[in-house]
Amino acid sequence: MEVFLQQLINGITLGSIYGLIAIGYTMVFGIIGMVNFAHGDVFMVSAFIAVITFLAVTLWAGIGSIALALLICLISAMVLTSVWNWAIERVAYRPLRGSFRLAPLISAIGMSIFLSNFVQVAQGPRNKPVTPMLSDVVTLVHSDVYPVTISYKQIMIWVVTAALLAGFWWLVQKTPLGRAQRACEQDRKMASLLGIDVDKTISLTFVMGAALAAVAGVMYMVYYGVVSFSDGFTPGVKAFTAAVLGGIGSLPGAVIGGLLIGLIEVFWSAYFTIDYKDVAAFSILVVVLIFMPQGILGKPEVEKV
Amino acid sequence: MTDASAPAPTPIDWPRVLKDTIVTTLVALAILTPFIGLVTVQNMEHKLVLATRWPLLFWMVAIIVGGRLALTLFVWNRPKKEKKASSLALPPAVEKIAAPFFIGLLFAYPMLILSGLGAGGSIKWIDNFGIQILIYIMLGWGLNVVVGLAGLLDLGYVAFYAVGAYSYALLAKTFGFSFWVLLPMAGLLAATWGVILGFPVLRLRGDYLAIVTLAFGEIIRLILINWVDFSGGYAGISGIPRPTLFGIPFNASDTGFAATFGLEFSPIHRTIFLYYVILVLALLTAFVTRRLRRLPIGRAWEALREDEIACRSLGINTTNTKLTAFATGAMFGGFAGSFFAARQGFISPESFTFMESAQILAIVVLGGMGSLWGVVIAAAFLVGGFELMRDMDFLKLIFGSDFDPTQYRMLLFGAAMVGIMLWKPRGLVSTREPTAFLKERKSVSGSHVSEGHG
Repeated sequence: MEVFLQQLINGITLGSIYGLIAIGYTMVFGIIGMVNFAHGDVFMVSAFIAVITFLAVTLWAGIGSIALALLICLISAMVLTSVWNWAIERVAYRPLRGSFRLAPLISAIGMSIFLSNFVQVAQGPRNKPVTPMLSDVVTLVHSDVYPVTISYKQIMIWVVTAALLAGFWWLVQKTPLGRAQRACEQDRKMASLLGIDVDKTISLTFVMGAALAAVAGVMYMVYYGVVSFSDGFTPGVKAFTAAVLGGIGSLPGAVIGGLLIGLIEVFWSAYFTIDYKDVAAFSILVVVLIFMPQGILGKPEVEKV
Repeated sequence: MTDASAPAPTPIDWPRVLKDTIVTTLVALAILTPFIGLVTVQNMEHKLVLATRWPLLFWMVAIIVGGRLALTLFVWNRPKKEKKASSLALPPAVEKIAAPFFIGLLFAYPMLILSGLGAGGSIKWIDNFGIQILIYIMLGWGLNVVVGLAGLLDLGYVAFYAVGAYSYALLAKTFGFSFWVLLPMAGLLAATWGVILGFPVLRLRGDYLAIVTLAFGEIIRLILINWVDFSGGYAGISGIPRPTLFGIPFNASDTGFAATFGLEFSPIHRTIFLYYVILVLALLTAFVTRRLRRLPIGRAWEALREDEIACRSLGINTTNTKLTAFATGAMFGGFAGSFFAARQGFISPESFTFMESAQILAIVVLGGMGSLWGVVIAAAFLVGGFELMRDMDFLKLIFGSDFDPTQYRMLLFGAAMVGIMLWKPRGLVSTREPTAFLKERKSVSGSHVSEGHG
């Protein structure tokens, strides 16, 4: 029981990181029907921006307060990653609208390879460790055998994720921007006839996806304390799995899918074998796509000629 | 068209150009400052600290902004020319003799090198350039069946390469079968895996199919890493038996190749032998692909690539069509894999990562999906080009002594994949050679065929 509780806490933490990345996949898929293969690497870029900002504010600006330093990290990562993704969309995806079916995906694969190798060349292939932070724990269940604890960083990840998801939900549901975004998702041509700037809306979708991936990037840095140029691939595929599991195109679905994938991964590692945890995640992707391609909350895809 | 009738370039809208330049500068600064301007390094106490590289940042931003400004002023304001329909199409007379000439050259290549450089100097040229490029050409041609002809984007192709390599390595070490027995067996096993993996993903199309094949590729690699009893895990398998010439091994013993034919023993014999093996395997792939394209199944593949729904309405069994494409591609991957294991004598999961799949895909995409010549050109350029760059000393003079071009290899691969999609989405060789025609065969330029909107 204690083990279960502890793994539940760890799983939800990991799941919120996956959920934040998954939203970027699901939104882009919803609006232009493309799997943004480079999104995992955008997440990795954001984690690097977080590490570099963290070093800059603690070493150069001499800010001692961890909370303030992390806040600056969060803002800088969100802004800079948004610029990155905006530029990527402009350069690599926008000119391909109207090209043949596989063109955007191949371009995105190229972009993904480019990003991870760019970071490798620019920052070196070594892992980038930062000093552990917020590692103090609160003991929830006192037990001599297996005390259940939750660390400050886990609490922070839960709170920040929940707050930003709420803000994001409000943005999509209540603002004109969100309305334009949802309209483009339903029918791009009709939306443009009604005076919505479709290109701008798509750009903003990429920006929003990147900002949320950046939140995940900062959380990843805090949680694991180490970032490497190759960190985009596996979390990217797992987040994509989460988006598919939740029903691609559905925002709540992405969050639910992310939590489920996080929980499955953690429980798999705890109760079965840690060696095959990635195999488990990849198998879920395969099984879901084959047997339940519409996911938990998604709509079935109808193909029209 | 004379110069007088050409429309004048549109006048330059200076405020817009200025605004565009400012935006470009800001964006370039924002994306490059954290990665180029600052660099994380570990100090003596293994703690991460920051260093700065402002001059490099300045030059990179200057190049980006200057490049964009030059494009806006001199290129993008020109009136659009009518798209030329031609590409790298050769005149028919040249095309007729090009292939035999090229194949002849490939067969003569080791002998030419050997007579020019002697046994010591030519091993590098035959091994690093000849064999290495031919392996990628063969993999490219194998993947070309799946991606280029059937239009199924397979991101896990390296899995079949791995199946071929491991089946040769394990069967040869455990049962002592020879290379020639195991080569078809490895191909068969890989084809079986192609069907096993292909079967469940048949209902998926496009993007989903790509991601599922990627997941399968990763699953196979992770199993190879973790199932240590079976595959040796990270350590891999070493001491894989080398292929023999109908039972004559390539060693210095009395029964070896050199002694049998009365030659002086030299390691170059084996290299040349391996070169011819992979050359024949690659040509076999090309030959089979060319023949299959004229069979109903090949036509069905290409029809499937153009429009799946139309295909199904016309009564083509899409399940079988997709499965055969998967199996055929996988079989060639398996051949290449067993050759790879036999050549290296050592294999480990490190050789079968996603990056390897991406590299093969890049070769197919850059060369022009569906084009055999394109794959040859792209493989020679991408694989051979980097091998050549490694030897160029003047690059070290320009970029400093620690300049290592192989570091930039995948970076350029990625950028090239994006670039080719933007400017020449059909690849370098984009002509289509029809297999069904009325009176004479005409090459169709890539810009005249639409593809894959289904």
